[in-house]
Amino acid sequence: MLNKYNKNAQSTLLQVKSITKKFGEFYANDTINLSINAGRVHALLGENGAGKSTLVKMMYGALQPTSGTIHWQGNEVSIASPAHARDLGIGMVFQHFSLFEALTVVENISLALPPELRQGDLSHRIADLSQDYGLPLNPAALVADLSVGERQRIEIVRCLLQQPKLLIMDEPTAVLTPQEAQALFATLRRLVEEGCAVLYISHRLEEVKQICHDATILRHGKLVAEVDPQEETAATLAQLMVGASVHKVSRDNNDQVGDVLLELSNLYQNSSTPFGVDLVDVNLQVKSGEILAVAGIAGNGQGELFGVISGEECNPNQNAISLLGQAGDGLNINQRRCLGAAFVPEERMGHGAVEHLSLTDNILLSRHGCIDTHSPLDRGWLGIDKKQLAQLNQVIGADYDVRKSKEDAAAGSLSGGNLQKFVVGRELNRKPKVLVINQPTWGVDAGAAALIRQAVIDLSRQGSAILIISQDLDEIFELADTIAVMSRGQLSPIYAAGDLTREQIGLMMAGSHEQSDFNSNLDAGA
Amino acid sequence: MQLILEKRAQASGLMNLLSPVLAILLTVIMGGLIFAAMGKPPLTALYLYFIDPLTSWWSIEEVLVKAGPLILIGVGLAVCFKANVWNIGAEGQFTAGALMGAIIPVLWGEWQSPFALVAMLFLGALGGALFAFIPAWLKTRFGVNEILTSLMLVYIAQLLLDWMVRGPWNDPHGYNFPKSASFEGWHLLPMWGDGRMHLGLVVSLVAALVLFWVMRHTLKGFEVNVVGSAPRAGAFAGFSQTKMVWFCFALSGGLAGLAGLIEVAGPVGQLQPNISPNYGFTAIIVAFLGRLNPIGVIFAGLLLAISYIGGEGVQIELGISDKTTQVFQGMLLFFILMCDTLILYRLKWISTQSSQQAIGDPS
Repeated sequence: MLNKYNKNAQSTLLQVKSITKKFGEFYANDTINLSINAGRVHALLGENGAGKSTLVKMMYGALQPTSGTIHWQGNEVSIASPAHARDLGIGMVFQHFSLFEALTVVENISLALPPELRQGDLSHRIADLSQDYGLPLNPAALVADLSVGERQRIEIVRCLLQQPKLLIMDEPTAVLTPQEAQALFATLRRLVEEGCAVLYISHRLEEVKQICHDATILRHGKLVAEVDPQEETAATLAQLMVGASVHKVSRDNNDQVGDVLLELSNLYQNSSTPFGVDLVDVNLQVKSGEILAVAGIAGNGQGELFGVISGEECNPNQNAISLLGQAGDGLNINQRRCLGAAFVPEERMGHGAVEHLSLTDNILLSRHGCIDTHSPLDRGWLGIDKKQLAQLNQVIGADYDVRKSKEDAAAGSLSGGNLQKFVVGRELNRKPKVLVINQPTWGVDAGAAALIRQAVIDLSRQGSAILIISQDLDEIFELADTIAVMSRGQLSPIYAAGDLTREQIGLMMAGSHEQSDFNSNLDAGA
Repeated sequence: MQLILEKRAQASGLMNLLSPVLAILLTVIMGGLIFAAMGKPPLTALYLYFIDPLTSWWSIEEVLVKAGPLILIGVGLAVCFKANVWNIGAEGQFTAGALMGAIIPVLWGEWQSPFALVAMLFLGALGGALFAFIPAWLKTRFGVNEILTSLMLVYIAQLLLDWMVRGPWNDPHGYNFPKSASFEGWHLLPMWGDGRMHLGLVVSLVAALVLFWVMRHTLKGFEVNVVGSAPRAGAFAGFSQTKMVWFCFALSGGLAGLAGLIEVAGPVGQLQPNISPNYGFTAIIVAFLGRLNPIGVIFAGLLLAISYIGGEGVQIELGISDKTTQVFQGMLLFFILMCDTLILYRLKWISTQSSQQAIGDPS
């Protein structure tokens, strides 16, 4: 599969020597060395915030290093701008695409090309190139009609037309279904066979093992290891990334399923923002003692679904939500909390917690609405019961291992993982009967993720109904009793977790269950 | 090369406290330079401006009389700005409150009882609040920017007052001067001292203390903070953005209206076209100089009141236009906003090629 014996035959294409990038007093990158050889896929690994994006932005000329040098084919260069990087032969596919939806594929590509490449029959060349590399694209198609995977192909083809020597890809599979990811890997293999180098940024370890020849691992802005991914296991790579061994979540069999506590029936909701997703005929049920996971690629209506269930996006004019046996549509978020529901939104900062407020104030944020402490937190004109809040803070901190610089620190001073433990702990401390949690472990370190997942499982085993919205299939298989998949605002039927494979979920993520083009792609669970 | 503002890793807590002091210092220095440029002795002018008003009981009393409305309006605006609601039209709500409260002395002049005064105070606050509901409604119903609407309504209120005192409410025995009949008896606030000190200052201090408690210790204050600084977290907490807009306009409009009524039922004693030396606008400076903190607003109100009396002082002694008062107030606002910005950001020259990304976050 991979040729491990031609290391010495490689020529060094790009070399980064003790590069440092400071933002204010913060070291995003601290004296990093890296060299990328032609004809190899080089993985850049690290958790969110480890400094991966900063490093590649400097290679692509989008940021300038504070100190250190970049060498291209042996010569020191100062990459002044992305245009300069492209002239050198460096192409980059960003995580977020910059495409005009109202234009066609060929128009979008033409806009980004230097004039000399726009000449001639561009659509013909695009069609040839995309066929050649197994990236099927119709040059005349409108971008608005294309799936995320197809849009990514446009970006890749745009880079390939300029015949790059180095292609940088920033988490390319984050938005792809498993099938689309496999097709992408085939393209990448073809590229390196032709002598092109690929810098592959990811935190998905299985992928890295599958396609990468070399791996550089960053942690907190520093280079911690350079390894051969073929000789590592996913577990050892994870350990290098997070700097600690990862606790395994334990989960016994679930035979305590009881009444339906959360039910959506024929829910329709038009998005309140122009770029949002409308929810179409969503049906789901979560029973006591059960964990339902909603899988799906980000931006397919998960945020809207959370808003509807939490009551932040109230729609009193329908009769679609039932919470613990009561009609929930007309209730606001605090009334729903009083019924026994709890919510953890996707964004910790600015939604689930306020950066500049103290932890006790952040407890008040979601706990003031109904009395679930032994006396009310809000005593009207007498003021807020700060003593009780301090006690709650201490209990949550101890129960959920929230590590902080001082007892009542500002939320913004906590690391992502600790803040997520705090936000989840704040809700679990209420022992909610229904818990809705959006991306429970997004961007948190592996230790915190294990603790949060275990806490969620423990709560469900005590008889709560839990709805998890997640993009992370590993997490879903670790937690879920039942699974449904969301795509473009529509939710698939619910399947038992054991009846589904990753491939089947992948098909549903791509929309195989959608009513508009319902077909028999899916034979599972039927 | 290009000059940009770069966010500081950590804002200095000490500088945050010193910011108003620094702003005052810079204003004094700039003021001295301006006086010098005008050919006046800068030190004498500054002495007359800032120190002289505090050297006689008469002028101290006058400072307190002017500080009253500034504090009362300023505390309402401080809450408003904290919630990220931008009521710039306190001057108009001040006028509307004065007009509404004056209904009793002008139309029911014969009703003489303590209750008449209470009713006037109530009507004053109501008038200001109702007038402030116009921008609140436009914002919540149509999404119209409240800065524009509240500001434009100031001129409507002032022209309405002008018309009322020249037309329907003109004093029949007033030789056609543009004014209403003078208020009498229980239609005036209790006065003491040399005759101009009145109940208004007490009302202002009580309002500041109550709002300090509300903002520091109650759920309402918490709500103002959260909705103002993190709207999505506010929605998560179940706080309504729309209700917050109404609350802020009701509070700041009501207090401005109350200040307006106190002014006409106190020092002015009647309705006339000019009842305010821009109290409603100056209170914006008071709110910021007081760090949007009700206790801070008390001190800021006193300082800005000195600037009014000092402005009159230099006009009399040195023949400098009383427009210098507005120049000083403008400089003070400018410097306080500048200091606040530089606490959070630093200025930096950068090369243009990387300028577009330099403001971005580290990820």
